[in-house]
Amino acid sequence: MKYSIFSLAKAALSGHKGWTRAWRDPAPKSRYDVVIIGGGGHGLATAYFLAREYGIRNVAVLEKGWIGSGNAGRNTTIIRSNYGLPGNTGFYELSMKLWERMEQDLNYNTMVSQRGIINLYHSDAQRDAFARRGNTMRINGIDAELLDAEQIRKELPFLNYNNARFPIMGGLLQRRAGTARHDAVVWGYARAANDRGVDIIQNCEVTGFVRDANGRVTGVETSRGRIGAGKVGMAVAGSSSRVAAMAGLRLPIESHVLQAFVSEAIKPLIPGVITFGAGHFYVSQSDKGGLVFGGDLDGYNSYAQRGNMPVMEDVCEGGMAIMPMIGRVRMLRQWGGIMDMSMDGSPIIDKSPIDGLYLNAGWCYGGFKATPASGLVFAHLLARDEPHSEAALFRLDRFRRGAMIDEKGQGAQPNLH
Amino acid sequence: MRIACPFCGERENGEFTYLGDASPKRPNFAVDGGESPERVEDAFHDYVYLRDNLAGVMREYWYHGGGCRSWLVAERNTVTHEFVSVTAAPGAGAALAAQAGE
Repeated sequence: MKYSIFSLAKAALSGHKGWTRAWRDPAPKSRYDVVIIGGGGHGLATAYFLAREYGIRNVAVLEKGWIGSGNAGRNTTIIRSNYGLPGNTGFYELSMKLWERMEQDLNYNTMVSQRGIINLYHSDAQRDAFARRGNTMRINGIDAELLDAEQIRKELPFLNYNNARFPIMGGLLQRRAGTARHDAVVWGYARAANDRGVDIIQNCEVTGFVRDANGRVTGVETSRGRIGAGKVGMAVAGSSSRVAAMAGLRLPIESHVLQAFVSEAIKPLIPGVITFGAGHFYVSQSDKGGLVFGGDLDGYNSYAQRGNMPVMEDVCEGGMAIMPMIGRVRMLRQWGGIMDMSMDGSPIIDKSPIDGLYLNAGWCYGGFKATPASGLVFAHLLARDEPHSEAALFRLDRFRRGAMIDEKGQGAQPNLH
Repeated sequence: MRIACPFCGERENGEFTYLGDASPKRPNFAVDGGESPERVEDAFHDYVYLRDNLAGVMREYWYHGGGCRSWLVAERNTVTHEFVSVTAAPGAGAALAAQAGE
């Protein structure tokens, strides 16, 4: 069923009784050409691009819970491509270009809203670093503007410009950045993949790998039985180490909890996304009016999907420091998601050392904005057995080679990225 | 999450800094000890970058910077955040370590 103004009008006239389900609920077949573990945004996007770009339609996406029950529904919905290092710059811009045409591609309203992102700076050194990053972006054809304090004041008059420790000197603006509706992204990819023949199998937890005599992965054991596979792709960020361990692999990843927060709904206030990196705080406003904000990792290994009070306090202090006016706004809810923190802060999209098993992991806290490009390049890897040109540096062996993509310059400290 | 420091008693976790898994041990190779460079490289790659990243009870280092400034070893369940035990890390808290004969 194609969605359009006409289908909406037709359904409205018949009391909205004519809507059909957006994707099937098939029982697993005994074998697929490609099995993707993980029915989040990345797994579903991978299946969609496998079917659309690479003509591989005998594909299953296995999800242990329901579609969008993991990190796909726990992020803060920001999309941007303001990266400075080779590897990241081109990849995230590919993602941004896919975001810009996603709604037409998927025939689904994913509420992509290019409302801009401003990264604030508070010192000469930070300004120079942002100028360099902005220049790198522009050389690579990505929009970036370096604003001074007066220009920021015009856009965001409500910030605290007189903070003694972190006076606002300006910011790096990417106008094409913004937000999208995270659940709609998952539903849109699920529907579009389903339309191209992909089986989306929910409540199907992978419990082990099936290996042949040569050690090659030839399928998966699941809570709904054994499923054979020509190739198996893992897109289970947050739980990558647990799934990889079933195949005897150790990864350069630690799982950490990151919290996010939403306030009660208020009238339109914040035009785009504001990041106050020096104070460990970033914020945007959802279309419903709630302030969506977050800050740092809790800082310890966790699979619990919930965090602790010290970080809540830290994030709220950061918010109060830069936007004192939010002090009277009540917090509505708060939650935690499990981040695949890689050792350099960048993702891993590569063949694993085991034949037939492919990795899409290590997204740290940047997985949401990467969703479309991650799907495209992972589909490319699965279909062609070689990395996509924009993901050629996201290799598993880069740590051994010393070729890390360390955007934050923190070294091998996953809890600092 | 509250952490029962063996020196200070139960304190909130904001007083503590996390280092991570206590199990990786720094490879101990003598310079020109005859080991192949590949093996040394493998061992350091393993030590610096790879993690078991356990879902369950894990031994880990915590530093009580907001209290006694001791390094501690905790056994904590990463799925429930429940602490099984917290003890002084070897070398932490000279008095306690001396009692333990370390």
